[in-house]
Amino acid sequence: MRETEGLGNGRAYRVERLRFRYRHDRDKQFGKGNEWALKGLRFEVQSGEVLGVIGPNGSGKTSLLKLLSRVLRPQEGEIYLFGSQLAEMSQDAIARLVALVPQDSRQIFPFTIAETVMMGRFPHHRSRGRLFGFGWEGPEDIRLATQAMKETDVAHLAHRSIDNVSGGERQRAIIARALTQQPQVLLLDEPTAFLDLNHQLEICTILRRLNEKRGLTVVLVSHDLNLASQYCDRLMLLKEGEIFRLGPPEEVIRPDVLAAVYRCEVLVDRHPMSGLPRVTLPGRSPVRPHVTEQ
Amino acid sequence: MRITGWKNESSKETEGSAAVFSVGNPVEQSTVTASIEQSVLSARRWVVTMLTLAVASLLVMMASLRFGAEEIGLADSARILLQALRYGEAGTDSFGSSGVIILQVRLPRVLLGFMVGGSLAAVGVGLQALLRNPLADPYVLGISSGAALGAAVAILFGIGTTVLAITTLPLCAFVGGLMAIVIVYRVAASYGRLPIHTLLLAGVILNAIFSAFIMFITSIMDPNRSFGMMFWLMGTLTAPSYPAMVALVLYLVVGGSILLWQTQSLNLLTLGEESARSLGVEVETVKKTVFFTSALLTGAVVSVSGMIGFVGMVIPHAVRMVIGADHRLLLPASALVGGTFLVAADTVARTVLAPAEIPVGIVTALGGGPLFIYLLLYRKSGLAL
Repeated sequence: MRETEGLGNGRAYRVERLRFRYRHDRDKQFGKGNEWALKGLRFEVQSGEVLGVIGPNGSGKTSLLKLLSRVLRPQEGEIYLFGSQLAEMSQDAIARLVALVPQDSRQIFPFTIAETVMMGRFPHHRSRGRLFGFGWEGPEDIRLATQAMKETDVAHLAHRSIDNVSGGERQRAIIARALTQQPQVLLLDEPTAFLDLNHQLEICTILRRLNEKRGLTVVLVSHDLNLASQYCDRLMLLKEGEIFRLGPPEEVIRPDVLAAVYRCEVLVDRHPMSGLPRVTLPGRSPVRPHVTEQ
Repeated sequence: MRITGWKNESSKETEGSAAVFSVGNPVEQSTVTASIEQSVLSARRWVVTMLTLAVASLLVMMASLRFGAEEIGLADSARILLQALRYGEAGTDSFGSSGVIILQVRLPRVLLGFMVGGSLAAVGVGLQALLRNPLADPYVLGISSGAALGAAVAILFGIGTTVLAITTLPLCAFVGGLMAIVIVYRVAASYGRLPIHTLLLAGVILNAIFSAFIMFITSIMDPNRSFGMMFWLMGTLTAPSYPAMVALVLYLVVGGSILLWQTQSLNLLTLGEESARSLGVEVETVKKTVFFTSALLTGAVVSVSGMIGFVGMVIPHAVRMVIGADHRLLLPASALVGGTFLVAADTVARTVLAPAEIPVGIVTALGGGPLFIYLLLYRKSGLAL
């Protein structure tokens, strides 16, 4: 299909000594002053795996995702994407390999869902010198967009305006746009934040299916430790811009590890169906005399 | 531009969907595809919409020729135009003063109105996409007054009265406009996503500062010249000399083409800079190009017609509601509608108190201002525009 269809043979990303800090106040979302947001990360992402990035607020999760898609550029260190230096690639070449689903995808202009999804074709048209200013989507583009919209179950919303659908529907449309990019790697920033339980499950199921069916490499940032534990092959736990632990969920989701990073005690047991680790916040003591008295 | 070969598409689609999807029958698949096709902009819809609007613009411009202090029938004005096209201006001698009025007074003015309105609307579309703000407008954001200040400075130092004026006046206005755009954008970008009201406030303040400078310049000028300048500032469509008109056309054609070239990138920029970049847009280049071009168009327009407000906001808004948000069509369509709108507004401006005229800027402000406030209130309720 395309030149990059070499799945399963090795690494999607190789990251070396990655250091990054926000230079301008206006770029800064987390962290204070001129501190390094990421302090010398070194890791690899295997092709075809689902990697979850977890960690407390301000630990550098979102920054890492933006660096991997070169929305931001690091001050030091190298990122290799399928063997090529990310810093040397053109923006549209990256966009043909990597799709980013940002945390905030609100749209104020009344683009239809179909138009929004079709925007994923931009990097491919650009490479062919088409659609820079003009030129129209061809049957192949429409076929790819249709396929992506069916996979994320938004095809019936094609004509609806993106500013006028629910958060879950919009998130699914944005994932469809990312798929229309035909990427090898999908980066997602808090894909389930602000979503209802049923939509959370829906998104996770879609991601897992895409990973299995298309061999898509997924890197997802999440606050939800349970979700990360259930759906990711490996987890990367960040603490203050450094990798605290990187490994399968069993090695990362452990009371001692989480206590060291989040500075609070949590209970970890096994998920009744998958057997994967499950985190519970310690609640109040089960014995509450004033309740039992009543 | 490519004509899509949809002949063999249906068979390909069923094959593809059968291979990829386990559920659903081919008939159902192709209906879904059809509805998706209808929900995106096609070359056919582009051409049909633009042709329709172009015809409508021509009709409005023709109609506005007949209005004015002197009553000249529609048929007569049409005949005069045809004669002029066929034989040159000399061919209209038989029409007497009517020919002169149509060709030398009304036609240049109508053409000027069309160009000015079209440019303002196109600039409005570009700024709205770039600032992700559907209320952005060169006038409201202070870019027009920046350009006016540039032009006023040029006039003060006497550049405006020489032959050089044809090219230097728009250039000075361009510099002033660019300065204003850079300031507004700095303010807008300083906190990531800027609340709409903060951006408007920045525009208001900028407007006040530039106006103060302009008033200062007006106050130190000799009264004869300052009256002309006041009238110009209010926004009037006084057709400039023939060479100045040609220079204006050049500015607008170049600027308009550049903007048109960026429309697909503008579509993606509405998603936010980071999303646009992750989709392969060279954001910084596009941004600079659009800012530069917007300042160029605003400068060119303001230097001939002063400050005409709200066209850049109201027109893209209305057009977006009808034809959708895709900038590939929105931008040129808004330009046509904006041009037509200003021609109509100018017709009102020169007939309502005939034989006296009021500046067309007053007409657009009286019409656009209240609408602007309405939209602002409407937004407050959380409804997207």
